[in-house]
Amino acid sequence: MTPELGHFALALALALALAQTFFGLMGGWKRRSRWMDATHSAVVGQAVFVAAAFAMLSRAFMTNDFSVAYVANNSNSALPALFKFSALWGAHEGSLLLWIFILSLWSVAVSLFSKSLPESFRARVVGILGLVSVGFLSFTLGTSNPFLRLIPAAADGADLNPLLQDVALAVHPPMLYTGYVGTAVAFAFACAAMFEGRLDATWARWTRPWTTVAWLFLTVGIALGSWWAYYELGWGGWWFWDPVENASFMPWLMSTALIHSLAVTEKRGLFKSWTLLLSIFAFSLSLLGTFLVRSGVLVSVHSFASDPARGIFILGLLTFFIIGSLLLFAWRAPLLKSSAGFGLFSREAFLLLNNVLLVVSAALILLGTLWPLFMDAFSLGKISVGPPYFNAIFLVPGVPLVVAIGVGMHSTWKHSRLAPKPVVFGVLAAVAAVLALGFMVWLSHYTLLAAVGFMAGVFVIGASLYEPWQRWRGGHSLPAAVLGMTIAHIGVGMFTIGVTGVESSKIERDIALGVGDSTEVAGYVFKLESLKPVQGPNYNATEGEVTVRHDGDLVATLHPQKRSYWVRTMPMTEAGIAVGPGRDLFAALGEDLGGGRWSVRVQYKPLIRYIWLGALVMAIGGLLATADRRYRRRRPEEVAVASNSAHAEG
Amino acid sequence: MNGKLLNRYLWPAVAVLALFGVFMFALARIGSGDLVVSDIPSPLIGKMAPAVDLPTIAGDEARFTSASMLGKPWLLNVWGTWCPACRDEHPALMEMAPVIGVPIVGLDWKDDAGDARNWLASLGNPYHAVAFDPVGRTAIDFGVYGAPETFLIGADGRVLAKFIGPLTMEAWETKLKPKLLAANGGQP
Repeated sequence: MTPELGHFALALALALALAQTFFGLMGGWKRRSRWMDATHSAVVGQAVFVAAAFAMLSRAFMTNDFSVAYVANNSNSALPALFKFSALWGAHEGSLLLWIFILSLWSVAVSLFSKSLPESFRARVVGILGLVSVGFLSFTLGTSNPFLRLIPAAADGADLNPLLQDVALAVHPPMLYTGYVGTAVAFAFACAAMFEGRLDATWARWTRPWTTVAWLFLTVGIALGSWWAYYELGWGGWWFWDPVENASFMPWLMSTALIHSLAVTEKRGLFKSWTLLLSIFAFSLSLLGTFLVRSGVLVSVHSFASDPARGIFILGLLTFFIIGSLLLFAWRAPLLKSSAGFGLFSREAFLLLNNVLLVVSAALILLGTLWPLFMDAFSLGKISVGPPYFNAIFLVPGVPLVVAIGVGMHSTWKHSRLAPKPVVFGVLAAVAAVLALGFMVWLSHYTLLAAVGFMAGVFVIGASLYEPWQRWRGGHSLPAAVLGMTIAHIGVGMFTIGVTGVESSKIERDIALGVGDSTEVAGYVFKLESLKPVQGPNYNATEGEVTVRHDGDLVATLHPQKRSYWVRTMPMTEAGIAVGPGRDLFAALGEDLGGGRWSVRVQYKPLIRYIWLGALVMAIGGLLATADRRYRRRRPEEVAVASNSAHAEG
Repeated sequence: MNGKLLNRYLWPAVAVLALFGVFMFALARIGSGDLVVSDIPSPLIGKMAPAVDLPTIAGDEARFTSASMLGKPWLLNVWGTWCPACRDEHPALMEMAPVIGVPIVGLDWKDDAGDARNWLASLGNPYHAVAFDPVGRTAIDFGVYGAPETFLIGADGRVLAKFIGPLTMEAWETKLKPKLLAANGGQP
């Protein structure tokens, strides 16, 4: 009975989402306070019913209810409990439900924390979030009902895809979706501002914390996915330029551009139409990612069940939201006039450069992702666009971007003046050059690209530390926003150093080893000591013991596994990795070559940890920045503006 | 409102609309079966097929070699007992084997020979011979990335066509047989 209750709860949630949309948008337009107040209850009610549906589906998983088709297809009685829970979002229908659940939580948060905003503005934001909710709830109920019954019920389930039976991957989708859905909040603020005709600096300030929170979840979500791919796929890579990865990376680039452009709009009232456009595009690219992954128009390793009917529905949703908001933009943006100018080396100019570079990379990645589809659709041939293209288009805007951060952080608003004297930059550059040389000597790798990468990374970290150091020396306090920015930019530097280290000096070797054989990689001797069968809760595996010695000293003992899951009989690689501050040592079992010999993949990955650590540090920076006091205080002049604008046309 | 200004701010919407037009077109072609995105052409087509020299699933000394098939066209069908789509395909192979006049050779891929023998004993054996490739060495030579896949190999040992997914009588008639006829200059 509970699956039907879950289905019913979703239908009720749709009804409440419709109410939320109507009262929010109409109440905001007609200025009816009681309608606007009603949105609170609608938002909370919707969240309660979506949570109920979520709980019902979760219950079906935990109790092995294989009469529910979705559970039968994605779970198994032998599946460990944690993965029974995370299996809920292991496939299309459930991950949509997770998407909706997270959207409802964001909506509750917006509804709760926006009490200080003008009533009509808040109502419209909530109304637009309701509209997004209506779209996704009807998509789920119409094409992807997770509560469909399987008659007769299956005796046991087909099991969760073994690739997804992993802790990082249990956490990755909720993080990533929180980021994706968070872009809907920035989108809703932009649309509400356009409806309202209130496109001043205050709108930018209200939007900033939400956008930063969405961005930090995206950052963590993407980093988790990359980390998972590294140890679980058994290839030892950290990024593959797969269409699904790109689908998450493009909204990240757009949100990064957006949080920077919002800074300009808030502080200087400039770039208003550009900021609006970025808000629309960050959300559009999140939706586009959903479309590309679910419609089956692209071939990807993330094999979600795809079907064209769903594709058409999502395309309809995309058209409605993106074209609708862009038409609203075309109607409202001409009213915006920014008259203030700024100098060639002012902070505005640097942030503009940041935006141009980020948007150009996103556009080039979009082009590379969609190009095979265009060629295919018009029967111009089958092509695939691979890592060489993406690496090139990522490097070309990426390197100047990192350098520009270091300098731009110290520029001033409006005027072409850098706060520190040029000599400071000279000293920093010299220090960066020395440290970069140190990295290269340590890795014995000398190329121009590595030199540029290491220098840029060290330079950004040094430049980020300059301002806190100055403030500390002068006895000034450090506002949370400045501290957050500093830390996030240190994260960028760490990431740059990590990428440079791995990509310049990694060593990957595939070799056939029998028990007792060894191979040497970068001075580390990997020896296959033994092979033994082991049994997990729902798989059998062959586990190797690989010892790693450096100059005769034992530095690590790795236990790579080759697993065979019982139900899906899919071979899975579980890499053995020794983590270190300077390098990772990686061993994975490939194929049994017979005669006791296995193909073994051994790798030396210098500095790879700093890729994910850098991302984490960026996210921590974002979190600190949202804690800035000015987002929680309501300025007196704003109260006046709010009451005045209530009489203006919206 | 100034008409000229409106145009400038309208172009993002126009660009996105054009993009969606392409998506719609692609989806319509996928829906009608006209476009198969996963249909990646094999670079082997027109080239000599990689040599096959493998034991058979019988588990005795017998081997299957592709050299033994020279002089007549044949099909190489990649399957495994672990592959649900292969189970769907099996009845079609049973139906085709006696009537198409081209021997079907199975390539049992990443599988257990005992499981494969049981499968054929219970579902019937459409195969002329079944080569056993437990580590996937030969499948890699053929560029197999999923099962089932079927290769049509001509009398001269060249790959004439590759078919991805469960083979059906209809697919044989419309996709593979025409390639065979074309290679033979219209002669069956």
